[in-house]
Amino acid sequence: MAQHMNLTLKVWRQKNDKTKGQFVTIQANNIADDMSFLEMLDIVNEDLTRKGEDPVYFDHDCREGICGMCSLVINGRPHGPKYGITTCQLHMRSFHDGQTIVIEPWRAAAFPVLKDLAVDRTAFDRIQQAGGYVNVNTGGVPDANTIAIPKRIADEAFESATCIGCGACVAACKNASAMLFVSAKISQFALLPQGQTERYERAQAMVDQMDAEGFGNCTNTGACEAECPKGIKLTNIARMNREYLTAKFFREEDVHVQS
Amino acid sequence: MSNSKPVLSSSIGRKLIMSLTGIFLCTFLIVHLIGNLQLFKDDAGYAFNNYAYLMTHFAPIKVVSYLLYASIIIHAIYALVLTLKNRAARPIAYAQNGGKANSKWNSRNMGILGTVILVFLATHMNNFWWKYHNDQTPYIEYSKDLATGVVTSKEISASEFHDYQVTVVNNVEVTKARDLYKQVDFAFQNIGLVIFYVIAMIALAFHLIHGFQSAFQSLGFAHKKYVPLIKGLSVWLFGVIIPIGFALMPLYFYFVK
Ligand code: SF4
Ligand code: FES
Repeated sequence: MAQHMNLTLKVWRQKNDKTKGQFVTIQANNIADDMSFLEMLDIVNEDLTRKGEDPVYFDHDCREGICGMCSLVINGRPHGPKYGITTCQLHMRSFHDGQTIVIEPWRAAAFPVLKDLAVDRTAFDRIQQAGGYVNVNTGGVPDANTIAIPKRIADEAFESATCIGCGACVAACKNASAMLFVSAKISQFALLPQGQTERYERAQAMVDQMDAEGFGNCTNTGACEAECPKGIKLTNIARMNREYLTAKFFREEDVHVQS
Repeated sequence: MSNSKPVLSSSIGRKLIMSLTGIFLCTFLIVHLIGNLQLFKDDAGYAFNNYAYLMTHFAPIKVVSYLLYASIIIHAIYALVLTLKNRAARPIAYAQNGGKANSKWNSRNMGILGTVILVFLATHMNNFWWKYHNDQTPYIEYSKDLATGVVTSKEISASEFHDYQVTVVNNVEVTKARDLYKQVDFAFQNIGLVIFYVIAMIALAFHLIHGFQSAFQSLGFAHKKYVPLIKGLSVWLFGVIIPIGFALMPLYFYFVK
């Protein structure tokens, strides 16, 4: 049998990125502990709608931890009090009856609030567009596994590629740095043979775009790694630094005088 | 993918500067500690004062010391620039902050720890470096019997001092030196200063436990075998041995001398 609970929510409400926001206290009653956090917000929103009030705006899509849309800071923690999951995977059994829950959006200059709890994460898209891709020739579909890749390297690239671009790393970082995200995207290609052509261009272009978007500078606190729902590791950031500095100082193209 | 910005105006370039200056300052601490262990010798500062002369007058060491001053300044300025930029990257703070669930306190407060260290450095340089370079220390004359190795000493006045000199007469080596040892002894009779030094060394410990290993991460160093080694050095050498070694100096002069 599901236990039910009554909760006090302190929700950040903000009309748009031009206006100032503030916390609004909302009561969430009769919430089953089997519900996900987003289902709880659905109930709250139904209540608000019935009362003729504006529902709380929040991002979500897949609700199974793969799309990276959900993005709530819950009691000071991106994606809530648990490790290794997204907000949509968080259940109400992680809370108790009578608890006050503070819900805030990702806070970063590069992620302006669209409305209430939803932020604009197109900065990530622009970073990806700057270099998070490989160029391939058109033509027949190549056979799978024609290029040999060491297992450990393939695994590592795969782990980097599991980043869902949610932005919890930015939200968790005291500097609002995007380095975990960017480093995962750079790593994924830097490790694989297919990514070699643009390898160093990519590192420079994506870091430049990251800086231009106004993200902060990493101080290696490790908060991003701890809060990342996909377990993206700090070694990615070390790799990004290596790729970038190599690009700047040792890149083969820059070794030779052009004639 | 176009060509990119100069390295030093990028986030990673700035981190490069922080890490290189930081590692350089860390290596200096090792040398500084080993040299200053001579303070614990009960020889009226004979070894220490000679060492102080060497450190301030030997040309290669002087070059390194200017690099050192530059590193301190650059490290502090870049820290300030980065801190301001990082503040700007989050204009609205969280109402509730769960930082302690995801990171260590010292890693989040490097700026505060660094500021304590900077204030300490200003005090420290003023107490010893400035006084040593501006004729504000007492002077001393050592007579070392070269046959027996026995050293005797007496305080001398500024007019008797002229300059650092070592002369040997009748198998007795006479050394006139600035008595920095005496200045150290004098300064550390002040309990307030002793407490401040110990607090600063605690701040240094926490700064370096994060800072030393963090510098290697910034340089892109990652290795399953060597990173644990670097983290071990961060904690045991830079977080324990070095700060305790330094903290023992004021405590020794206050309680033992
Ligand atoms: S690195 Fe982790 S926290 Fe950051 S965007 Fe990717 S999945 Fe989200
Ligand atoms: S809604 Fe897709 S990850 Fe949470």
